[in-house]
Amino acid sequence: MKISSKIYMSLIMLFLYAPIIVMIVFSFNSSNSTGVMAGFSTKWYGELLNSSSILNALRNTIVLALCSSVISVVIGTTAAVGIFVLKHKWLRSSILTVTNIPMMNPDIVTGVSMMLLFVFVGQMLGMREVLGFGTLLIAHITFNLPYVILSVLPKLRQTDPHLAEAAQDLGCTPFKAFFKVVLPSITTGIVTGFIMAFTLSLDDFIISYFTSGPEYQTLPILIFSMTKRRVTPDIYALSTLIFVVILVLLLVMNITQSRAENKTKKVRTKEGY
Amino acid sequence: MNRTSRASGMINAPYTTWAMIFIIAPLVMVVYYAFTDRTGKFTFSNIISLNSYLETFLRSILFALIATIICLLIAYPFAYILSKSRANLQRNIILLVMIPMWMNFLIRTYSWITILSNNGIINHFLSHFGIGPLRLINTSGAVILGMVYNFLPYMILPIYSIMSRLDNKLVEAAADLGASSSQVLRKVIFPLSLPGVISGITMVFVPSVSTFYISQKLGGGKMLLIGDSIETQFQSAYNYNLGASLSLVLMVLIIICMAVMNKFADNEGELII
Repeated sequence: MKISSKIYMSLIMLFLYAPIIVMIVFSFNSSNSTGVMAGFSTKWYGELLNSSSILNALRNTIVLALCSSVISVVIGTTAAVGIFVLKHKWLRSSILTVTNIPMMNPDIVTGVSMMLLFVFVGQMLGMREVLGFGTLLIAHITFNLPYVILSVLPKLRQTDPHLAEAAQDLGCTPFKAFFKVVLPSITTGIVTGFIMAFTLSLDDFIISYFTSGPEYQTLPILIFSMTKRRVTPDIYALSTLIFVVILVLLLVMNITQSRAENKTKKVRTKEGY
Repeated sequence: MNRTSRASGMINAPYTTWAMIFIIAPLVMVVYYAFTDRTGKFTFSNIISLNSYLETFLRSILFALIATIICLLIAYPFAYILSKSRANLQRNIILLVMIPMWMNFLIRTYSWITILSNNGIINHFLSHFGIGPLRLINTSGAVILGMVYNFLPYMILPIYSIMSRLDNKLVEAAADLGASSSQVLRKVIFPLSLPGVISGITMVFVPSVSTFYISQKLGGGKMLLIGDSIETQFQSAYNYNLGASLSLVLMVLIIICMAVMNKFADNEGELII
């Protein structure tokens, strides 16, 4: 790489990481300011473990992300199989168009439109407070579904349709053929879909903001209400911890991946390719 | 035949029902609320009162356009240089580009206040040279910077993904046939990377034009965007009807933009990442 290219790449990286570096540095601030550095201290990490509202929101976020990603994987995989076996071309393309809507629509419109539906139904049923865990879960499943469907569908297209037919010829019921033959070959797509759904759900603020009620707060919503007032470094400490967790996970993934690649390379050279 | 079509109907039923209730119905609700008043009577008054939001709409479009262009200008050379570097480096840098996307965008945006404010890091640095303090925060530049910062990865990733799969033989062939390196870039690489560029443009423009947090925090509440107006109607003014009509216009605006963009793209709306 040329030296000018190196400088360019480094500047962009600096731009992307400047706020994260600031966040990490100020999480060790000994005063409660996020503007002026007074001294080094780890007290905000201690406060974090004592803050019941933050820990509660963290638990809520993880519960919601797990529930919504599991449910959307089940519905989404079924939907992908359904779309795949659909013979009717027009019907299939219209289902795919509808599937694309939550991805294409701005989050704020998705959030607001679902809120209107919930409020409308709530009024019809005469409920005073309709927004809560249930509505939040529905909203998260809805915006997760397209990602699951679109990561499973290509895997289905790659599988050999004759395999399932062969299984059925050999006496499997269609149901059994699906679980024994099709499902194993689309597992990678399902796992990708699950990971995408889980991380999207963890990180979502905008849609959750409009579809959640006061009694079930997720972490992004708590952070939003905290940044409306003055931010104290405990939020920075929390984000620093999240950053470290993400970094470690990715490094582990990356190392195992490159090890696996090296192994296949070695095998290939041994075999004389 | 009849049995298989009934089976495919059964497997499609859960998802189509879900999509009808939670994707289509909410959009119908937006239209319903936009054209009714508080009592549920049909009215045009919400749409007419949008006149006073014309400036907000124009500002949002302008800011989002500028942010998208800046993202493209930064991301294109970045993706190009990256696609030419060592495979190992490519994977690590793509990971580094993706990590910020997994971190809460509220906190990353909030950190910019520490960097940009009047006694922030940049002004502190400049004061050593007797410059400043410059007014950086609460300007339109700061809002656009926030957009570029938050959505730059959405431009880098699709362009890089196309560039890395580009057939190098085409570039070599063009060079063999006497094309200069700038001609190769203009006539071979750029046209081939167009699907990535288009996908990047929509992925940056849509969230930029509909954002509401960035403008509040980095614009100091003076440079309100459509997203801010929608948020106000739903979360503090509680005028759902006006909010719905604002969302409806935003949605129509984005559909028009997508239609225009799709004219340029010949890929069939497939997601590129």
